[in-house]
Amino acid sequence: MTPAREIELCGVALRGPVLNGSGTFDAIAARRTFGEALLERFPFDAFVSKTITLAPRQGNPPPRLWETPAGLINSIGLPNKGLDGFLASDLPELAQLPVPLVVSVMGFSHDELAELVGRVGERDEVAMIELNVSCPNVETGLVMGADPVETTRAVERTRTRTDKPLIVKLTPNASEPQAVAAAAQAAGADAVSLINTLKGMALHPRTKTPWLGGGSGGVSGPAVRAVALEQVYTVARAVEIPVIGMGGIQTGRHAADFLAAGAAAVAVGTESFRDPAAGARIADDLAVILASERGLSESAGTPAGTRAET
Amino acid sequence: MRTLAPFGRRPARVAGVERIGEYDLLWAEDADGPGDPRPGQFYMLAAEERWGAGSDERPWLPRAFSYCRVEDGRIGFILEDIGPGTHRLAQLREGERLWLTGPLGIGFTPPASGRPLLVGGGIGVAPILCWSDELGDAARVLLGFRSAGYATAASLFHGDVALATDDGSAGKLAYVTELLREELDADAQATVYACGPPPMLEAVRALCAERGVTAQLAMESGMACGFGACFGCVVPTRNGYVRLCVDGPVVDAAELETALVPGSGH
Repeated sequence: MTPAREIELCGVALRGPVLNGSGTFDAIAARRTFGEALLERFPFDAFVSKTITLAPRQGNPPPRLWETPAGLINSIGLPNKGLDGFLASDLPELAQLPVPLVVSVMGFSHDELAELVGRVGERDEVAMIELNVSCPNVETGLVMGADPVETTRAVERTRTRTDKPLIVKLTPNASEPQAVAAAAQAAGADAVSLINTLKGMALHPRTKTPWLGGGSGGVSGPAVRAVALEQVYTVARAVEIPVIGMGGIQTGRHAADFLAAGAAAVAVGTESFRDPAAGARIADDLAVILASERGLSESAGTPAGTRAET
Repeated sequence: MRTLAPFGRRPARVAGVERIGEYDLLWAEDADGPGDPRPGQFYMLAAEERWGAGSDERPWLPRAFSYCRVEDGRIGFILEDIGPGTHRLAQLREGERLWLTGPLGIGFTPPASGRPLLVGGGIGVAPILCWSDELGDAARVLLGFRSAGYATAASLFHGDVALATDDGSAGKLAYVTELLREELDADAQATVYACGPPPMLEAVRALCAERGVTAQLAMESGMACGFGACFGCVVPTRNGYVRLCVDGPVVDAAELETALVPGSGH
């Protein structure tokens, strides 16, 4: 028997707790590569789009990638078609996916963010909106998501523009992510997701100048999992709203750890690069682990989520 | 020309690793994959065991390889042991297993008219080999290598090939692009198909642009995923950045200002 795995996230029914991290899976390109098999065995329980901005962006010059020990540094630079291009050409295709759609947006000012949220939010195909606040506000020079006051203003400004659930994607490059999370909650966010990538750099082996075309980049993969788990644990204790936990999740056991740390759902990111169907594998393994832990806690009174295994 | 890949990575048994001069030819039994990938398409490969904890705690991501031949249900990949990923793959022995995703990307398109002229440089002979298998005697094949030890790979081709090496230890002492120039002097109506190191591809691109000859280049870039997810493998074209994994790796040379892309072939 397949264990039950449905959850409700911000009032949206999901068939399970495994999402993708924004920018780590392009369902449109994947469908061109794998055909309809992608939809038959879609690996996530909700699909989070790549971040869109108001104007189209080409993204950063190559090289954009560097492999690290157990991970990856990327400097992609948010290439996207812009809001109009997204609504016209990508949204109809994403609406064909068999799971609810979360659209990730980033604005370089609060006005931009408000327009993005307003126009994305009025589309029926969109279930939730994620605010990518890991960018500088051009008006203040401060990274929105690194500062509780900036985050409060960004969420207040967008909150009035939609009734759809708003998820704030937290950056780990903040001195106190839990303070940013609390500010997001107080300003009306429905959930927080974390972690985004950690800042990192690699040097060219010969020239010793930054390898990535964008200079520095963001580190992801199992290399950051311990950092992510601590931040999820801390943030989950600072807010009442649901936490979506991610950072180096590769197995059902890792996902179970994030749930035990206080996450309501998890997201798979870089692992999908190694295995396009990783989300489905992790979701299946997680369901078995959770069913077994429930069984244990019912039969022996063991608190769910505890285990002696090392 | 694209054959769809089964969704997800799949295990494949290593049927053997042959030494071909300075290269290794890895054969994988891909029982669950399509038997008809298109020349120019590629696969992401990783060893099932000990993929990681090598030099510098790498590799971690799978590595992209054009297939070079499909034979008796086995897929062949030519590799050169130059980094942590290729080093681990070259260590594989019969009976061990790989993770395989593919075939990926878009392969070569047959010529609308004119004779196909195939140009391969070094490890870039891989997609040229299967394309030559398919085109048969209709195609002329030109190959360039550093030296005789690498040029052993020319023996994999079934028909006649013209050979050049950088040091003259096998074939003609020349770059393969000089052979191409001679061929284009004799037949300006040819369609060129090329794969090799970026400087060679750039020389092919510039020569074909100068002569008004159609050329398709199988390009290379560092890739994390191979199926359009990471946006890491872009090359600049006249129409902006293009992801090699979903809109390539075969690119129309006329789309490029240059085939030299920062970070490729490092």
